[in-house]
Amino acid sequence: MIRIEKIHKRFRRLQALDDISCFFGKGQVVALIGPNGSGKTTLIKCILGMVKPDSGQIFVNQLPVEKDPAYRASIGYMPQIGRYPDNMRIGHLFRMMKNIRQVPDNELDTDLLVKFNLVSLFEKPLRTLSGGTRQKVSAALAFYFNPDILILDEPTAGLDPLSSEILKEKIMEEKKKEKLILITSHILSDLDDLTTDVIYMQDGKLVFYKDINTLQQETGEEKLGKAIAHVMKTEKREALWIDEVLADKK
Amino acid sequence: MLKLSRYVLYDILRSKVIIAYALFLGVITFSLFSLEDNESKAILSLLNIVLIIIPLMSMIFTTIHYYNSYEFIELLLAQPMGRGRILLSEYGGVAISLVTAFWTGAGIPVLLYAFNPTGMALLFTGTCLTLIFTSLAFVTAVRARDKARGIGMALLLWFYFALIYDGLILMILFTFSDYPMEKATLALAALNPIDLGRIFIMLKMDISALMGYTGALYKQFFGSAQGILFTTAIMLAWIIAPLLIALRMFRKKDL
Repeated sequence: MIRIEKIHKRFRRLQALDDISCFFGKGQVVALIGPNGSGKTTLIKCILGMVKPDSGQIFVNQLPVEKDPAYRASIGYMPQIGRYPDNMRIGHLFRMMKNIRQVPDNELDTDLLVKFNLVSLFEKPLRTLSGGTRQKVSAALAFYFNPDILILDEPTAGLDPLSSEILKEKIMEEKKKEKLILITSHILSDLDDLTTDVIYMQDGKLVFYKDINTLQQETGEEKLGKAIAHVMKTEKREALWIDEVLADKK
Repeated sequence: MLKLSRYVLYDILRSKVIIAYALFLGVITFSLFSLEDNESKAILSLLNIVLIIIPLMSMIFTTIHYYNSYEFIELLLAQPMGRGRILLSEYGGVAISLVTAFWTGAGIPVLLYAFNPTGMALLFTGTCLTLIFTSLAFVTAVRARDKARGIGMALLLWFYFALIYDGLILMILFTFSDYPMEKATLALAALNPIDLGRIFIMLKMDISALMGYTGALYKQFFGSAQGILFTTAIMLAWIIAPLLIALRMFRKKDL
C-alpha cells in the first residue's frame, strides 16, 4: 500500500532521511522505532506530503504522493502534538472535517468519540483542552473516517492508562480489519501485542526492517523492548538509548 | 474552495478586529463628509487616509492571521486537499473580509455623499489596494516561518511602498529635472500601486487643473478608456503576481 523509494531529505546540516526504501502492505502493523531525531516523524510527514523529500519517491496505492492529494483520503493521521485552531470547538472541528472529507454518516467510525467521552465535550473550545484530551481528539479524528491506512505518531504519549488501553484495543480491532497501521512510539511495551513488523531507524538511516517473529527468533527474546535491546547491544548501536527506554519502564 | 473560505471567514469574524476596522473607516468617512461642505475636498482627505491605512491594515492583518491559522493549515494538510487550494481558500477568506469591511465602512458613505466618477475611482482603488497588499502579505508570511520576522518584513514593505518610494521618485525627478520626464514618471508610478492609485484618483478631480502641462498630459491619458484599462491591468498584475509567488513558495515548503 505504501512504497518508499530511495528517499533523501536534508534540513540544512542535518541529514534527516538517508536513502530510505521500504514497502508496507495490507494487514501490517509496523512499529517505527529509534532515538529522538532519528527521522521517524520526518518519514511520516513525507508520506503525508507535508515534507517534500529532496530525492526519491513515495507511492501510496501505486500513486505517487506529489501528484494528487486525493490519496490522503485513505489515510488517518494522528500527529505527535495535535495542534488545532484556537477558536474552534470540538464539535465544530469534527463537523468541519466531515464536511471536508465528504464521507457519508454511516461510514463514520465514532467508536473513539464515544469511548473517550468526547461527545460531552463538544462545546469546549480547543484551546482550553489539556494535553491528554487533545491527544484523544487527535486519535478520534484519525479513526473517524475509517481509513485503510492509519499513521499514529506517539499515540499513547500523554494519555492516562485507561485511555491508552482503549486506544490499544481500538488499534487491535483495526488490525483485524486488514488495515495498514504505522506506529511510532518510545513506549515499547505498548507495541508488544500489536506489531507485526519493526523498523529501526537511526540518524536518518533505516537500520533494519524485520517481522516480529524473525526478530524474536534471532534474539531469543519474547518482549519487543528486550529484543530491540539485544539487537542494539550486539550491534553496539546507541545502546545507551535502549537502556534509557528499559529503565523508564521499571 | 469556498467551503474552506467559509471556515476562514467564520474564524476572522469571531476575532471582531475586522468589524472594528469597518467601524473605524465608517466613522472617519462619515465625519469627513459632514465636516467638509465640499464633497470633493472630503474625498481628497479621504484619499490620503485610504492610501495609508488600507495597505497597512491589509498587510498587518493578513500576516497575523496567517500565523494564527498555522494550526488550521497543518490540520488541512493531512487531508485530501491540495496545497494550492488551502492557500487560495485562506486568501479568499481574508480578502473577502477586508474588502467587505472597506465597502461597509468607506463604500456606503461614499456612495451616499459622492456618487460620482471620483468617488467610484476611490472605491476602485481602495478595493484594489486591499487585494494587492493582502497578496504581498501572503508572500512575506509564507516566506518567513518566524512570526516577528514575517510581520517585520510586511511592515518594511509597507514603508517602502507608502513612504520610501515617493522619496526615491522625487529624487529621480529632481536629478533629471532638465529632461522631459512625463512618460518615465508614468512608468515609475506603475511600479507602486499606491502611487498609481493616487494619480488615478487625483486626475478625476478638479485640482488636476493646477498641475500644469504634466497634469494635462496625465489627465488626457488617465481620462481615456485606454488609461482606465492600463490602471486596471497594472492593478490586476499587482494582485496576481505576488499571489502566484506565494503559491509557488507554499507548494515547495516543508510544513
